[in-house]
Amino acid sequence: MTYKVKLEIFEGPLDLLLYLIKKDELNIYDIPITRITEQYLEYLALIEELDLDVAGEFIVMAATLMHIKSKTLLPPDPEGIETDEADPRAELVKRLLEYKAFKEAAERLRGMEFERAKIFTRTDVEPEVDDSDLSLVDVSLFELLNAFAKVLRGLVPDVSHEVIKDEFTVAEKVHQIFHLLAKRTIIHFSELFKSAKNKTEVITTFLALLELVRLREVRIRQDAHFGDIEISRNPRSMEPVNGAENNG
Amino acid sequence: MDSLELRRSLEALLFTSEKPLSPEELKEAFTDDVSVKEIREEIDALRQECEDQHRGFRVYEIAGGFQIASAIDFAEVLKRFYHSREKKKMTPASLETLSVVAYRQPVTRADIEGVRGVNVDAAVKGLMEKGLIRIVGRKEVPGRPILYGTTREFLEHFGLKSLQELPPLSEYSLKDLDPSMLPPELKQEAPETSDEPAENS
Repeated sequence: MTYKVKLEIFEGPLDLLLYLIKKDELNIYDIPITRITEQYLEYLALIEELDLDVAGEFIVMAATLMHIKSKTLLPPDPEGIETDEADPRAELVKRLLEYKAFKEAAERLRGMEFERAKIFTRTDVEPEVDDSDLSLVDVSLFELLNAFAKVLRGLVPDVSHEVIKDEFTVAEKVHQIFHLLAKRTIIHFSELFKSAKNKTEVITTFLALLELVRLREVRIRQDAHFGDIEISRNPRSMEPVNGAENNG
Repeated sequence: MDSLELRRSLEALLFTSEKPLSPEELKEAFTDDVSVKEIREEIDALRQECEDQHRGFRVYEIAGGFQIASAIDFAEVLKRFYHSREKKKMTPASLETLSVVAYRQPVTRADIEGVRGVNVDAAVKGLMEKGLIRIVGRKEVPGRPILYGTTREFLEHFGLKSLQELPPLSEYSLKDLDPSMLPPELKQEAPETSDEPAENS
């Protein structure tokens, strides 16, 4: 079962920025824009990784941050009048402060709601039915994401690349089959695979056998349907054939 | 009607009402010889009585009216008893939206979105359904967007006498900043703090 979490539970890009600022105890009036942009993008990536719908507003803010960052990276115009250029972050800071004020007001409302809930009127004790839209949220999703990010960081990074060694080669197996046939005239198909350690070896052995059949080096026979297949050397191949030596 | 009789009548009216009643509303119950002023005085006396006698209920002034509700001292007992019917808390999204409406009313959706930085359709719809906000008109600008304001239920829900009782909104501005915290490119401007630091704000 898959769970889809809608991003509406997040309070938005401004909330995420305030969270990042608070988390690292940054100065809101002097936001390190490069650092905050990086962190913001990290969170966005994480949100996407968690298969949450990233609301357009989050993308817009990412663009805004990168725009501000690019502005701050530009060298100041040496001839320009210094005071004309406002800090490119000013507008963002203004929005953050405004949002912060309302977020705090919301918190105070929460406190008043809590106090008010201590007194009961007649209507307060009537059952509530239409509460579908307003539900309990104790931990913010940002906290949750942060916790998740920590877990991800805690994982030993998988930097090694697994190289699978070719343990078995067809040539090797051809040689092995020849070796067996040198000792005995007939070997059984099933015998070939008895010592096989894994699927790769089984497949390699089988390919070697097919190759030998193709080259008419061996003959295969079966006594009955589903009976064990017998493998023997093709007597004709014992005699030197024109061109055969070239292949060897 | 003597004052005590008036007081007991008011007690009965408030006792039976589900909503806060304003002195003006209460006046309807009486003949013309009872004034709003007298009603206020007797409600005050009733309030004092409840407190002096340590009654289980009190008279509260909420949303421009008066209401009888349980005394705060018995919150625990009542909570335990009515546990299953406890109201759910509002989500941060709802509360933030509500606070913008409360402090900035009348506001349009675009105003709220400007502050919160997110789409507020769902939050506004939820608050409308809850009866905490209502449509108060239309803004006379192109598109004539709907204006929202808070309701009397809003005041009741938060136990406010009136909107004037809302705690003041913290005013943060660029003026508050400490020059030492300023980035170097703004430092030259900082000393003359009387001016707006950024006119494009």
